[in-house]
Amino acid sequence: MSSVLQLQRQFIDYTTSLHNEGYLDNQFTELQKLQDESNPDFVTEVVSMYFEDSDKLLNNLTTALQQRNVDYKQVDAHAHQFKGSSSSIGAKRVTNVCAHFKGFCEAKNLDGCLRCLQQVKQEYIFFRNKLEALFRLEQQILQAGGSVPMVE
Amino acid sequence: MGLKMQGQHHLVAVSLNEQQQQMESKRKYTWYIPRTNQGKYLILWIIVFGYAAIHVYRCIDAGHQERIQEGLVSMCDQRARMLQDQFSVCVNHVHALAVLVSTFHYYKNPSVIDQDTFAEYTARTAFERPLLSGVAYAQRVMNSERVDFESQHGGTIRTMANKEPSPHRDEYAPVIFSQETVSYLNLLDMMSGEEDRENILRARSTGKAVLTSPFKLLGSHHLGVVLTIPVYKSKLPPNASVRDRIEATAGYLGGAFDVESLVENLLGQLAGNQEIIVKVYDVTNASDPLIMYGRQTQEGDPTRVHVSSLDFGDPFRKHEMTCRYLHEAPISLTASITAVFGYVIVILVGYMFYTGTIHIVQVEDDFDTMQNLKVRAEAADVAKSQFLATVSHEIRTPMNGILGMLALLLDTDLSSTQRDYAQTAQACGRALITLINEVLDRAKIEAGKLELEALPFDLRSILDDVLSLFSEKSRNKGIELAVLVSDKVPQIVMGDPGRFRQVITNLVGNSVKFTEQGHIFVQVHLAEHSKAVQDSKPETCMNGRSNGHQWKTLSGREVADDQNSWDKFKHLISDEEFMFDGNNSQNVNLMVSVEDTGIGIPLHAQKLVFMPFMQADSSTSRHYGGTGIGLSISKCLVELMGGQISFVSRPQIGSTFSFTAKFTRCEKNTVTDPKRTPYDDLPTSFNGLKATVVDTKPVRAAVTKYHLKRLGVLVEVVNSIKTASGQPDMILVEKDVWLSGDNFDNPFNNIRVNGHALKQPKVILLATNVTGGELDKAKAAGFSDTLVMKPLRASMVAACLQQVLGTGKAEQGKGMANGSVYLRGLLCGKKILVVDDNLVNRRVAAGALKKFGAEVECAESGKAALELLQIPHGFDACFMDIQMPEMDGFEATRRIRMMEREINEQQTSGSTDGCCDNRATEWHLPILAMTADVIQATFEECQKSGMDGYVSKPFQEENLYQEVAKFFESKPATDC
Repeated sequence: MSSVLQLQRQFIDYTTSLHNEGYLDNQFTELQKLQDESNPDFVTEVVSMYFEDSDKLLNNLTTALQQRNVDYKQVDAHAHQFKGSSSSIGAKRVTNVCAHFKGFCEAKNLDGCLRCLQQVKQEYIFFRNKLEALFRLEQQILQAGGSVPMVE
Repeated sequence: MGLKMQGQHHLVAVSLNEQQQQMESKRKYTWYIPRTNQGKYLILWIIVFGYAAIHVYRCIDAGHQERIQEGLVSMCDQRARMLQDQFSVCVNHVHALAVLVSTFHYYKNPSVIDQDTFAEYTARTAFERPLLSGVAYAQRVMNSERVDFESQHGGTIRTMANKEPSPHRDEYAPVIFSQETVSYLNLLDMMSGEEDRENILRARSTGKAVLTSPFKLLGSHHLGVVLTIPVYKSKLPPNASVRDRIEATAGYLGGAFDVESLVENLLGQLAGNQEIIVKVYDVTNASDPLIMYGRQTQEGDPTRVHVSSLDFGDPFRKHEMTCRYLHEAPISLTASITAVFGYVIVILVGYMFYTGTIHIVQVEDDFDTMQNLKVRAEAADVAKSQFLATVSHEIRTPMNGILGMLALLLDTDLSSTQRDYAQTAQACGRALITLINEVLDRAKIEAGKLELEALPFDLRSILDDVLSLFSEKSRNKGIELAVLVSDKVPQIVMGDPGRFRQVITNLVGNSVKFTEQGHIFVQVHLAEHSKAVQDSKPETCMNGRSNGHQWKTLSGREVADDQNSWDKFKHLISDEEFMFDGNNSQNVNLMVSVEDTGIGIPLHAQKLVFMPFMQADSSTSRHYGGTGIGLSISKCLVELMGGQISFVSRPQIGSTFSFTAKFTRCEKNTVTDPKRTPYDDLPTSFNGLKATVVDTKPVRAAVTKYHLKRLGVLVEVVNSIKTASGQPDMILVEKDVWLSGDNFDNPFNNIRVNGHALKQPKVILLATNVTGGELDKAKAAGFSDTLVMKPLRASMVAACLQQVLGTGKAEQGKGMANGSVYLRGLLCGKKILVVDDNLVNRRVAAGALKKFGAEVECAESGKAALELLQIPHGFDACFMDIQMPEMDGFEATRRIRMMEREINEQQTSGSTDGCCDNRATEWHLPILAMTADVIQATFEECQKSGMDGYVSKPFQEENLYQEVAKFFESKPATDC
């Protein structure tokens, strides 16, 4: 029982730290709220969908920026997509970098775009790792027979 | 934080400097006085007016000098004329003597004149010749005749110089007759003297009296001139030649003028002799004037001189008289006094200006300094407030952390002691936060940072909210809490609802805190109306006392401010048309009063009420808690709202706080902010119902009536159930009326009995607090569900009526209580299409909508959406992403609308065809945009392309609820 409590506390701390460090925002909490008995795996489902989508988008972005004549319109569209889904998931830092990215696209600044791409990749990988860690923790709690606490 | 503070201090300092600079640039000086070098200006002034004074002196003095000069001229001329006259008289007389000598000495033969005769005659006629010291006659003796002559006269001819016998000459002129005074001249040869000789020669050639140049006379030391007149032996024709004259010359009559004594005598006879110095010159030789009279040394006034020419009858000789004043002319007293006095006055005036200027400059400098100091002091005050605001803000952040942690701590397993400690800590923390918020407010106000919002809001619902805050406390204490807003106050006004609420909350909070029994009554009237009523209705009834034992107030207790007596109150709430000039103006001046029957404020403390951190009594804070900052904040806020706050309080009776506030009118349809409904709509389902209020207290009845009227219920107030008339839909009875009415049950039952046939009126009991026993009794009497607990609020009354009358819409009531539940009610069972190209977004939106019970279908592009929305379709709403590839949200919406329009036109034209679709209404699918950036431009764009609204992405419950409620509210939701 104590281990469950400990895990729960750990979970809360971890989630709070993710919020504090800016990886997550309230939208993620909203997502968690949407998950209920009728829809038990909602968050996981959406998040994995996000990961798939993001991998694809990042690939697209990378190839688009490697072209000799960069089609900024297309890059912007990809970045916009990425920004939209990130904001839906509550990946705050990724969203922010995407916004910068879009700014560079509008300015047609290749250096800035490439820099942003690196940044976005990095942030995305961080976010992915953090979220996966969070899900692992959640799984552990569930396995230990506890319930996942809600963090406001 | 330290850094941040430093920065702010710097900022304050900078703004202070700016202010100072502004002040300096704004410095205004009087322009007409010099600010420096006043001393130099004074000296300049003195010098300039010194010259002016000298000029004035000269002008006046010139006249004076002229008069003096004129005096000199006239005196001089007068003297000269007199001298000349006297002289010519003498000359004439000598002439006469000459004639005498020629007549009696030469024409008579022998001569009848000898020395004795001549001497006697001349002596006796000497008064005729006052100017002549003596006369003598010299005969012309040729050298050849000398011997005869000498023998005849018994003496030798001698020279004048040494009285020796004359040496040999051609011609001699020995004196033969002489006046006694000059008898020493006898036989002296006149030709031997240089002057006499010349004189003789000139006289005999001209035949006229001639004069010598002045010389020292023999026998006296006086200067004199000798007059010589020739005597001819025979009468000469008038045009005789010089030779004839010389030939005919017999002798010469001469006289010595003692000019000095002569002039002396003459001047002695004239006035003003002492003033002037007279000199007489012989100016025959113009380059070498010979003085005849006057001492050379005596100079007199050198500046002023007048020369008059003298004519002594000798054309060869020229004489003139020079007159000078003895003393220099005295300085003109008038001129000098005028000049000096004028100058002194001018200097004094100059000095006055000088000191005045210095004074003004000093005063201005002082004023300026003070102004600077004032600015600095004010800046310091602002800085203080800013500091306070910052510190308060900075404290709040960690405090929130502490409170949050305490909340978390309380959620853990704690022993009862630990829990107690933690709870105490939390309570203290909350109190601290409240205090800090208040300080922050005050500091903000002082720092001038607090700005009022201008939002449309519903005053009545705010008052209801405030009342509900205190309902529990007041119920526990058994205090009647009521609010009443005049009908004349508009439903919606523009202003700052938050601050208005704060003031009301503070006042009501105070009242609740200090009132143990009685009532608290909040009223809102138009200030103009209230004032007009106060003015026009003089006190007719003492303190609202009706019949000696009851006060006509809300609870029947005496109140501090009798202005709210029923007499006036009924005028305020009456429906009579109230006319005042400002009726059409945009401003709404409200008069809000909060009346309580609490402990009141001690008289000595009444002045301090609005001072921050002042409570009436130090013991007050011990008894009642609180910091006493609330009222001072309220005062500031009220002043910000353009009003004033005041109070009337009587110890042990109660206090009435009232304030005015300015708002602006706002039309309901100009509500611009779509996100916030400024007022909660009260249900309208009670419109036109009739109610009877049974209450003996008119004020309380008015409050009940007010709340019912807001629901559209027509109200009749009666004192007793017996007097109720008509056929009301409901009867509202006050608890105390019900309890006191002995035979109350009977008519009540009667009505019920009668009501079987007709529509049965519902009976509702109104109570502030109910004890267990009373509750039982009420249940027994049939009030089981129909008990409305005070304070009354329109929404609460509505809920109660819904319950009682059964007409209510349950979900509506719920919706008011909880948006989420209401949203669920709205969306439940609705079929909704979500259009978004982003898979994740689509999924999230769908998840959110599904959570509220909606049936969701998704489309990943505008085209797909168009296909799905081919009419007829079963969707109730569509959420559309705006930015999509290929076809964006706007375009998709435009096409959907186009489609709908076509179908609608077909429908109207072919409605008789009996269309397969049985919908009578037109096709119009609510389409809401989903957008991440909520800016006005996008909103306008949305409307342009035919969308019905927008929701922000990601979904926020409130926003979603508000938008969705626009379409689904009127449609009854099917149960899920």
